[in-house]
Amino acid sequence: MSKAFDSNDKNAAATAKPNKAGKAAEWADERLGLAGLAKKNLRKVFPDHWSFMLGEIALWSFIVLLLTGVFLTLWFKPSMAEVTYQGSYAQLRGLEMSEAYASTLDISFDVRAGLLMRQIHHWSAMLFIAAMIVHLMRVFLTGAYRKPREINWLIGGGLLLLGILEGFAGYSLPDDLLSGTGMRIADGLVKATPVVGTYMSFFMFGGEFPGHVIVPRLYIAHVLLIPGLILGLIGAHMLLLVYHKHTQWPGPGRTNDNVVGYPMLPVYAAKAGGFFFIVSGVTTLMGALLSINPVWKYGPYNPAEVTAGSQPDWYMGVAEGLLRIMPGWESHLFGYTISWNVMIPGQIGPFLIFGAILAYPFIESWVTGDKREHHLLQRPRNAPTRTAFLVSLMTLYGLLWAAGGNDILATQFHLNLNSITYFMRGAIFIIPAIAFFVTRRWCISLQRHDNEKLLHGYETGIIMRSPDGAYSERHLPLDEERAYSLTARDRDQVYVGAPEADANGIKSRAARKDRLRARVSAAMFDANVQKPTSAELADAHHHAEEAAAQDHALIGHHADGHELDGHREYLVSDEPLRDH
Amino acid sequence: MSAPTEHGAEVAAAVADPIADPGLSEHQPRPTDVDPAKEKRAERQVAALFAISAISSILFVVAYFSFKIGEKPDVVMGLGASHVALGLTLGLSLLLIGVGAIQLARKLMADHEIVEYRHPAVSSEEDRETALASLRDGIAESGIARRPLVRNSMLLGLGLLGVPVVVALRDLGPLPGDALEHTVWGRRKLIRLVQDVTGTPIKPEDLEIGQLVNGQPELFFEDGANETYDLQSEKAKAAIIIVRMQPDEIAAAADRKDWGVDGILCYSKICTHVGCPISLWEQQTHHLLCPCHQSTFDLADNGRVIFGPAARALPQLPITVDSEGYLASQSDFLEPVGPSYWERG
Repeated sequence: MSKAFDSNDKNAAATAKPNKAGKAAEWADERLGLAGLAKKNLRKVFPDHWSFMLGEIALWSFIVLLLTGVFLTLWFKPSMAEVTYQGSYAQLRGLEMSEAYASTLDISFDVRAGLLMRQIHHWSAMLFIAAMIVHLMRVFLTGAYRKPREINWLIGGGLLLLGILEGFAGYSLPDDLLSGTGMRIADGLVKATPVVGTYMSFFMFGGEFPGHVIVPRLYIAHVLLIPGLILGLIGAHMLLLVYHKHTQWPGPGRTNDNVVGYPMLPVYAAKAGGFFFIVSGVTTLMGALLSINPVWKYGPYNPAEVTAGSQPDWYMGVAEGLLRIMPGWESHLFGYTISWNVMIPGQIGPFLIFGAILAYPFIESWVTGDKREHHLLQRPRNAPTRTAFLVSLMTLYGLLWAAGGNDILATQFHLNLNSITYFMRGAIFIIPAIAFFVTRRWCISLQRHDNEKLLHGYETGIIMRSPDGAYSERHLPLDEERAYSLTARDRDQVYVGAPEADANGIKSRAARKDRLRARVSAAMFDANVQKPTSAELADAHHHAEEAAAQDHALIGHHADGHELDGHREYLVSDEPLRDH
Repeated sequence: MSAPTEHGAEVAAAVADPIADPGLSEHQPRPTDVDPAKEKRAERQVAALFAISAISSILFVVAYFSFKIGEKPDVVMGLGASHVALGLTLGLSLLLIGVGAIQLARKLMADHEIVEYRHPAVSSEEDRETALASLRDGIAESGIARRPLVRNSMLLGLGLLGVPVVVALRDLGPLPGDALEHTVWGRRKLIRLVQDVTGTPIKPEDLEIGQLVNGQPELFFEDGANETYDLQSEKAKAAIIIVRMQPDEIAAAADRKDWGVDGILCYSKICTHVGCPISLWEQQTHHLLCPCHQSTFDLADNGRVIFGPAARALPQLPITVDSEGYLASQSDFLEPVGPSYWERG
């Protein structure tokens, strides 16, 4: 920039090329000291990989939510006062309804671009939560949550919970028949809380359900409280990302001590900035063409009515599925009621599933005892237990999702609704367990395959025939970069535990914990396949060379083995034709 | 994933990395780096994308003023013409800026990868000591540790501040009391059962066998009902369904023999699971299914739960006919309607 940093005298600092932008930057820097910050971050390096884009989708769709949300607040009236609808939509004209519902109809039919903004808002909300979930899966599967990123992992979990809460509050605002039914179910969930449930319900709704205050109360939570918390957490999430620097995939020159990629300015700024426009453009097109939450078709909320096939937004599907397949258990003790049939699926189950995912990194780090920093990602196959754990939870998620639509499944596929429900009651325990074992074995097989490639080379697809008529496929060694990438991972260490120290037979607490740790460690890592040692590799290469020499003797033509695998550096048309 | 404290060190030494790091691969030039024609072409592409975006923004303004809104909200694929035109133009102008920027980054901006070194997240030993020393000095100078009286009274004061915060929320709503145990059906005897939309009273002969009618108490249709009742909240408890079955198919409990009129029974419409209004009626089996979570109740058998997550039978409203021959209630429901709650017993 300029000499302004060190010349604070009366003469205006001389810039090399005085222009307006330079002057503005100087003005700001003299007050904010921006250059110090900019020097560190303008060329900050971000590694490139498609999976790093998932969190970005969540971030950008949240920005779209803020922008469209502000537009909607300009017309939406968060009030449950009764009014008579007089707007454009003829089918509902003259009907009594709450101001919230009437103003939602006005936004949809009497404000230009109003329906567009509503639909963009709703699609973005779904995208926001979906992107957060997929981002979480990416971070989990690649072990990106390991030290030093555990806190950011928890912040991400908090963001997902808040996002779901925010979504639920949002779709309850229009006070249409579907959202009112959702609130009715929420009221039932709250009332099932032991001891204080009824009080919580009465304090939430300002009396008996539905009352007159829930929409304004949800509104302030939806437009101020929760988005404020989300923004704060996003800020912390980003700051930690910058402080830790992004993780990267191991590869040639990409180690645990560096980060290789494109600089923030210009490449990453253009890509990430451009990506905001792509996310907002796509959600706008979705809002333009794909109808979502057409509240005018549902009518105003009436606690005595319901539409068949009522479905919440997709991200509530887990709780919905659990609620539907839970048997009707209720206990009556000393004149009090415990509604297991609502408490377990509504208040315990979803948090148990979520808690298991959030806790896994901490359990894993206790078992490994690993205190090092990890900045290199792991391939899912190289952490078979972890990958299998997530896949089993994904399976559970999918099953509960299907259970949440059991009525739709029954009508669409002409199945018996009751049978689907009975099936699901067993399936949510059995199928995730099967998925766990299948995934684990699958990962281990893939690890074996990697070793196979390292030791014996890759399959070229060329069949060789030896003089005595035996056929074999020709294998060629991996190129150095690929081979290095495959071996750039740690060897798993199974924790064996301290030898039984207590000679006098008293089992101390610490010893019990130690044995548990050893047992879990064996279960987690014992079956994993480790990368070959230098000796194994050298041995295999020796064999390969011998085989190549034999092959070479067989080759009557100068084929280099790259005819079919696309690795050759000249065109097939340059290949001289055989003369026989 | 080693355990360096136990036995990782010697293992790691024994089996060093089998393949050495070959270092960063060489930079490969892109077609746009070496071929000026391709570079020009990419430049034109990016400029065209930005230009179309600009045109699309102008078209948005044109569409905003030329399409009327509200008259025909479903002419294009079930959506209004103004809506679709505004959405397409705005979507395109956003999307093309994004595509242009990314094309620019991929094809024309320098694509040399840069290496940056990481630093451990932990602060240096020196920083730590200094910070700890400052903390110790600060605490010592505050004198809090030496003056337990001050410390404890401060903690008490701060702790008790939580109480006003919680107490101030008391007026969020009234206490439940016994509100959930009563409905408007208990206001007086012989309240007529009326159709829920029209408010017309029902005579037994109006109902055919197998028919189900959604009902409400007549109170909601009397003059001034809007002022007398909190209609939405009362409806959420008082809504009923009236069904007529063959009298000999009904297996009424001993104390419910006189709760119906000629095979006409009346039940709460509010599901005992989490409170959805129940609506799906199977004539042949007398089953009533909740559309939310599929709890199923047998109306011929005292509203017993035969399937699904609900735990309690559907509450039944004892009915009779009044002096003019219309269906009317005998009394309030004899148990709370709707979802279970702790104090319900």
